[in-house]
Amino acid sequence: MMTADSKLLTMREAVSRHVPSGSMVLLGAQLEQMIPFAAGHELIRQGRRDLTLVGPISDILFDQLIGAGCVARVMAAWVGNVSAGVGYCFRRAVEHDIPRRIETVDYSNFTLALALHAAALGVPFMPTYATLGSDLLKKNGNLREFSSPVSEEKLVAVRALRPDVAILHVQRADAQGNAHLWGSLGVSVDGAHAARKLIIIAEEIVEPAVIASDPNRTLIPGFLVTAVVHEPWGAHPSPVQGYYGRDHEFFSHYHDQTRRLEDFEHWLTHWILQVPDRLTYVNLLGAARIEGLGVKQHALSAAADFGY
Amino acid sequence: MAAHSEAEIAARGYTFSELMVAAAAREIADGELVFVGMRLPMLAFLVARRTHAPRAIGLFENGIIRETPSTELLYTMGDPPNLRGATQCGQMLDVMGMLQQGRVDVGFLGAAEVDRFGNLNTTWGHRNKEMQRLPGSGGACDIACLARRTVVLLAHDRSRLCDRVGYITSPGYGSGNSWRRVQGLPAASGPAAVITTLGVLRFGHDGEAFLASVHPGISVEEVLANTGWTLRVADELIETLPPSDAELSVMHEIDPNHFWTR
Repeated sequence: MMTADSKLLTMREAVSRHVPSGSMVLLGAQLEQMIPFAAGHELIRQGRRDLTLVGPISDILFDQLIGAGCVARVMAAWVGNVSAGVGYCFRRAVEHDIPRRIETVDYSNFTLALALHAAALGVPFMPTYATLGSDLLKKNGNLREFSSPVSEEKLVAVRALRPDVAILHVQRADAQGNAHLWGSLGVSVDGAHAARKLIIIAEEIVEPAVIASDPNRTLIPGFLVTAVVHEPWGAHPSPVQGYYGRDHEFFSHYHDQTRRLEDFEHWLTHWILQVPDRLTYVNLLGAARIEGLGVKQHALSAAADFGY
Repeated sequence: MAAHSEAEIAARGYTFSELMVAAAAREIADGELVFVGMRLPMLAFLVARRTHAPRAIGLFENGIIRETPSTELLYTMGDPPNLRGATQCGQMLDVMGMLQQGRVDVGFLGAAEVDRFGNLNTTWGHRNKEMQRLPGSGGACDIACLARRTVVLLAHDRSRLCDRVGYITSPGYGSGNSWRRVQGLPAASGPAAVITTLGVLRFGHDGEAFLASVHPGISVEEVLANTGWTLRVADELIETLPPSDAELSVMHEIDPNHFWTR
């Protein structure tokens, strides 16, 4: 499997080589599924600073990166804890500059998707009616009202957004980065096309023949991919369809443990700073928890026949 | 908000959240395309499908389309049970495109604040005069701009039903009358109802809210006292129908521990 053109790196290497401080990073493109937590934790451990985070919604990963002081700017539609409510680190940063001041550029989900779509199409903007009349349109300089050149209508031009690097978690990929993903797609395909660099985090690394057997499921062609990381459980506590479920209790515990700054600092040390890698993290979760989150009933799709 | 004791709930046989879910479910007509959203509306979609709207179709902003709702409790729309058995797992732009085309009949939204013209704020709240940063729009602004009807659910509280929101995350009728048209928003769109813990508000042709129904056991005075502007009351004010046994049994089946319907 390890051929000369393999893009396989460890998480430490991939983050070290391809995500310097100051980068604009797309994370959480698949919304509540397949959030690349392992990559985010490595960004924190390597002490990245002044990142711009891009994503539609962010289910606590943005909150963690903000709390750890890695972030200068957030370009997103929603930042918080989806099942539990607000993100306390996000609030502390915006309201009280703790641990540092951050800039927020507020989008809606649709306009963030269109910003990535414009970049994926290689055009400077995409038009939409969404956000007309809202304060998002007034405050976000990347949303500009204009008159349609082909009809008598007002529209919003959503400026193309081209992240320096997109980090996508997928179910399986080959060593060149050709990737199968399924389930919750969100803005992952546009995000992959839009970004200058693309890091694929895969639950499984498979032979190229496995990927080639089902080209409709290959949503990421390997030639777009900069690096591939094999990181089982890399999306925990978010779910990966067919691999593990959502750890609801982890999100609720995070909510309780981050309300006060000192509790967050303890949480950060326990779950990220003193954890050298994902294997240690999985051991920290414990066998019972891992067993509990595993797939209880498989639901395989029918095979698609590519024969002729 | 009025205090509602455990004893009152036991005597009535349902919680106010369950009443809100039932009222939300009744906003869905059979065969409609529904932008489902999170929390109580996820239950409302299931209740509607299992009672009066068996052919309603659910759209989720992560790209999921479902004709048969998940029968497991969902904490988020991305939970694995919401994907298995879906009609389609597409991309966000697929469902947002349908929304922008005007195909989506009704979208459900929560809010920190709603004002007399149905504008929603989920970006900046305040408590004791201190500004509080809230999570933001998510897909709410898109739904409020583009769905044919939007239905808002929130707890009825004077600070949350305010005269004018400080920040319009999701536009309702703006400052009323022709405001939406002037902004360039689609002609057939805008808030249809605000379902609260005390009653249901609807909107006049001028875009201003009025009290259309009060929940059982709630007085009009209580609603007015808990609303941050002088709320108009419908000439033909009605009492909200309590949840039926069929509606409650769907809710109890899917959320037996009242995670969402406390």
